[in-house]
Amino acid sequence: MVPIAYYLVLAAILFSIGIAAFLIKRNVITIFISIELMLNAVNLTFVAFAHMWHQVAGQIFVFFVMVVAAAEAAVGLAIIISIFRTRQTLNVDEIDLMKS
Amino acid sequence: MQLALFFIFGALAVAGALNLLLQRHPINSALSLVVVMMSLAVLYWSLGAEFLAAAQVIVYSGAIMVLFVFVIMLLNAGEEEETHGSRAAYTVGIPGAAAIFCLLTFVFLSERHALGSANIGGYLNRGVDNIAEVSAMLFTKLLLPFEVTSILILVAILGAVVLARKEQ
Repeated sequence: MVPIAYYLVLAAILFSIGIAAFLIKRNVITIFISIELMLNAVNLTFVAFAHMWHQVAGQIFVFFVMVVAAAEAAVGLAIIISIFRTRQTLNVDEIDLMKS
Repeated sequence: MQLALFFIFGALAVAGALNLLLQRHPINSALSLVVVMMSLAVLYWSLGAEFLAAAQVIVYSGAIMVLFVFVIMLLNAGEEEETHGSRAAYTVGIPGAAAIFCLLTFVFLSERHALGSANIGGYLNRGVDNIAEVSAMLFTKLLLPFEVTSILILVAILGAVVLARKEQ
């Protein structure tokens, strides 16, 4: 018997670490990786609540999140490749094309 | 026994996430995210979501992370350097993330009795196994959203090909 709250606290820990990594990291690929970490933390809360209510809807949500994350990773990494090709850097502080 | 399973794999997930935060080379961060995803797959299984546990291993740590590692290798990404922006992010980011963590944890722990507790495996109200329930829902009630996601994936493939193609 594990309290559902423990699963939610674990998800909160992972989500906060994801936020901290998103803000601190300067490499655009690592920032993208921390977004994936936050998505995973939210998926854990969905599965925990699906278990709590004995409903399958939460698991369907996680399925769709996985599909969208796959599509997002493909497009995002293609954008990173094209940024690197034109600017020769992965540092987000140097990618400031839209800064006036 | 489930509590021991939860603490072992929960600790593994947190350790992987902290390693992601502390490593300076992107390949180390990507590989620690694989550790987090595999331990989350075990936790999904212990919550009775067998299909999602398998999908987590195959889709997330099998497909998405391989894509990440490929791109890191392809771009030959090196260690990141300290910049002015990263020092500002340290002073704002750590307290902000800690504040969000404290808020969420306070809410969850103060509602812990209302939330109840989880048995290993779990059960669904309609009394069939997990994969049958997921697929029945997905192919009857949610058939249209399911088909729309295939169009989304198709558009994503086309977008990735167009964006990553070399300019003539």
